[in-house]
Amino acid sequence: MIKLTTERKPRPRIIRTKLPMPTQNPEDRIDNFSEVPYGYNEAEAMLEAQRCLQCKNQPCVSGCPVEVPIRDFIALIREGKFMEAASIIKAKNSLPAVTGRVCPQELQCEAKCVMGRRYQPVAIGNLERFAADYAREEGEKIPELPKSTGKKIAVVGAGPAGLTCAGDLALLGHKVTIFEALHKPGGVLVYGIPEFRLPKDMVKYEIDYLIQLGVEVKLNFLVGKNKTVDELLDEYDAVFVGSGAGAPRLLNIPGINLVNVYSANEYLTRVNLLKGYLFPEYKTPVKRGKNVVVIGAGNVAMDSARTAKRLGADHSIIVYRRSRKECPARVEEVHHAEEEEIEFRFLTNPVRIIGDELGAVRAVECLQFELGEPDETGRAKPIPIPGSEHLIECDVVVISVGNDPNPIIPRTTPDLEISKWGTIVTDRITGKTSKERVYAGGDIATGAATVIAAMGAGKVAAKSIHKQIMGIEETEIESI
Amino acid sequence: MYALIDRKDVTPESVWFKIKAPEIAKTCKAGQFVILRSNEKGERIPLTIADWDHKEGWISVIFQKVGASTYELAEYQKGESLQDCVGPLGIPTHTENAGNTIVIGGGLGIAIATPVARAYKQAGNHTEVIIGARKAELVFNEEEIKDFTDELYICTDDGSAGRKGFVTEQLQEMIDSGKQIDTVFCVGPPIMMKFVAKVTEPYNIKTIASLNTIMLDGTGMCGACRLTVGGETKFACVDGPDFDAHQIEWEETMARLAAYKDEEREAMTLYKKEKECQAEKMKGDKTDN
Ligand SMILES: Cc1cc2nc3c(=O)[nH]c(=O)nc-3n(C[C@H](O)[C@H](O)[C@H](O)COP(=O)(O)OP(=O)(O)OC[C@H]3O[C@@H](n4cnc5c(N)ncnc54)[C@H](O)[C@@H]3O)c2cc1C
Ligand SMILES: Cc1cc2nc3c(=O)[nH]c(=O)nc-3n(C[C@H](O)[C@H](O)[C@H](O)COP(=O)(O)OP(=O)(O)OC[C@H]3O[C@@H](n4cnc5c(N)ncnc54)[C@H](O)[C@@H]3O)c2cc1C
Ligand code: SF4
Ligand code: SF4
Ligand code: FES
Repeated sequence: MIKLTTERKPRPRIIRTKLPMPTQNPEDRIDNFSEVPYGYNEAEAMLEAQRCLQCKNQPCVSGCPVEVPIRDFIALIREGKFMEAASIIKAKNSLPAVTGRVCPQELQCEAKCVMGRRYQPVAIGNLERFAADYAREEGEKIPELPKSTGKKIAVVGAGPAGLTCAGDLALLGHKVTIFEALHKPGGVLVYGIPEFRLPKDMVKYEIDYLIQLGVEVKLNFLVGKNKTVDELLDEYDAVFVGSGAGAPRLLNIPGINLVNVYSANEYLTRVNLLKGYLFPEYKTPVKRGKNVVVIGAGNVAMDSARTAKRLGADHSIIVYRRSRKECPARVEEVHHAEEEEIEFRFLTNPVRIIGDELGAVRAVECLQFELGEPDETGRAKPIPIPGSEHLIECDVVVISVGNDPNPIIPRTTPDLEISKWGTIVTDRITGKTSKERVYAGGDIATGAATVIAAMGAGKVAAKSIHKQIMGIEETEIESI
Repeated sequence: MYALIDRKDVTPESVWFKIKAPEIAKTCKAGQFVILRSNEKGERIPLTIADWDHKEGWISVIFQKVGASTYELAEYQKGESLQDCVGPLGIPTHTENAGNTIVIGGGLGIAIATPVARAYKQAGNHTEVIIGARKAELVFNEEEIKDFTDELYICTDDGSAGRKGFVTEQLQEMIDSGKQIDTVFCVGPPIMMKFVAKVTEPYNIKTIASLNTIMLDGTGMCGACRLTVGGETKFACVDGPDFDAHQIEWEETMARLAAYKDEEREAMTLYKKEKECQAEKMKGDKTDN
């Protein structure tokens, strides 16, 4: 039967592109360490939220490792119910102000957004960040805590995995103590990711929130040295290990130990954790190179290159073996780096670092590559071009080719099963390790990954710790 | 916060601190160190644990004033607190079955040599100690060392105490005298350790150097402390601080220690200026009264 009514409901006009995030000008921001994007205001957030189609089967949610109710929180933002939006995000994700800023959305939630099939996906990360920032500024109420269970849990490491695990357990009425080796809690969020990408006040706010939930944070405490995991087990009902992937990989090339050759961890720790950019007011120095070469092209490399620029480098150069397409960094970081005139030398690989008469770096010798046939990962394999050796003059080199799991806990905890990569072997569904009452998650279990994956692992472990110590029967799930 | 239970000036250039730190005192061993930070703006300063008491819950350190951070640290008084103190870090010195041992401490290395020498002795080794300093008033700990070791030799550059000359001369003499020496442990300026290694190498005497590299976290996270030992890169904070002195690339190690010369000078200039301003202000305040 043919419908005769000609009256059609006007379809809302589809806005094809994301509402851009207002940001600091590149020319201004390379002289400061303040955050680059300003974030949406209320009107902008509501406008971007309008782009969401409110899909019934919400594919976006399946792209998020912790299943944030994306469609529903966006619906609340549309209605101007920002506090409610933040609160339903927080039920799944305890650090939305952080993940909204640092998740690789283009590979996760936004990769699955229906809008992205034809146009740009909804700016889920920006909206999440907006809701979290709004709630923080308005002042959040501390949720009512259940009666204490009398159970005690030790958490090793105050990175995203440990913080999440601790928060969830505190909300279930357990007494949680976090042991952190450094003098500030936050893990990579405080020592690695720079202020201009993740303001440290935000991390502090999240930690203060945990403290208000009754979580105790013991700083300057190195598990494995002050107390071993076994000793913690004598005092606590369970132990969660979230000690991260904090051991820098270095290149096996001549000159790697020359003066002013940094691991990215050292370079970023000097600047972020110890505020070396405020030297000499703050006492920790960092070399302010004029020509800085950063080797690698992940988030850590982008952070290092952009930091070098802010420390006054005329040339901050990223040297990467593959092409732009393969850069493992978040798309936004590469884009911001390009805006800040970071120079990219793709298909280039260092073979040797050359020093001057005082033992300080003077240049990096590199080899040029071309793309060959795809390798087993499907990526085109870079092949060196014979005779293409050339020098890049520089006074600082930052090596940013990845991190290995922190070895202290594996070395000091007998009968904890360790993989050949040095990670702690866990059951991904429960977070259990081979050792009774010991759980692990985050980078120490997976190798260097993402903030949200670490948080997800902290959540999983909190759930199964709760079940175990409260004697709640588990439907036996086999590991996969 | 870590309370200063006591402090005293040991020499015009070095200071002794007794710090309340029960969790460190409980497990530390000779050769291990702490990293402390005086305040929010301070550097993380690695210092060897000189002494400790498990029961009373304290550790002590002795440090030399060499730059802005250590000068500032030296100003802390009894009853005040340091912001941070983490440890024990590093692998304890291996003292079992060392045999006849000579422990050598030069300059600030005297502080580090003291607990190590005691540990060698307690482990049942015949232990002799050589300490070296520029002049008599910079020598310290000699009574303590005498009490628990078999012999103490003192060397000063100007001869104002003990023998005139370097610790290496004393060591060479002991080797030449035909004494059975199984292990030499040295700590102090890298140039001294390099020469100690040169002296012992022809005789194949096992020689351990304790390295005071530049450090940040002390947990193996940053690699600031790295050095080449036997062709391999090692991290002094977790693989050391003790290494085979004959295998260390000394030139590289010395260059890395001097990495921040310009910045250190800048920090020291600022420190002095701040002190002068304070002094001026105090004078001003007094005349006002
Ligand atoms: C510079 C940089 C940029 C990054 N950018 C991004 C990004 O944009 N997006 C993203 O998703 N991910 C990013 N990552 C990765 C992400 O930060 C990590 O995957 C995540 O922090 C892992 O969390 P975690 O809790 O497992 O470990 P960590 O954050 O590493 O925290 C571990 C903590 O445990 C402490 N610890 C270790 N051993 C002990 C011990 N024995 N006793 C006590 N404490 C101990 C450490 O000091 C540390 O504080 C970045 C990483 C770096 C280094
Ligand atoms: C494991 C370890 C244990 C240590 N134990 C002791 C100790 O028990 N007592 C003690 O007095 N010192 C010790 N040190 C050395 C001490 O940490 C440094 O002297 C101090 O950090 C210098 O800080 P500064 O800012 O005052 O001087 P800076 O301004 O940084 O340096 C001033 C001068 O001292 C030299 N210097 C800098 N860092 C070091 C260093 N790490 N070692 C030697 N010289 C350095 C510089 O080359 C420069 O000439 C130890 C170092 C390590 C790594
Ligand atoms: S937590 Fe990350 S992946 Fe999940 S919705 Fe938020 S931004 Fe997307
Ligand atoms: S997939 Fe995209 S459009 Fe659909 S509900 Fe999720 S965010 Fe909205
Ligand atoms: S001090 Fe950072 S790795 Fe040794």
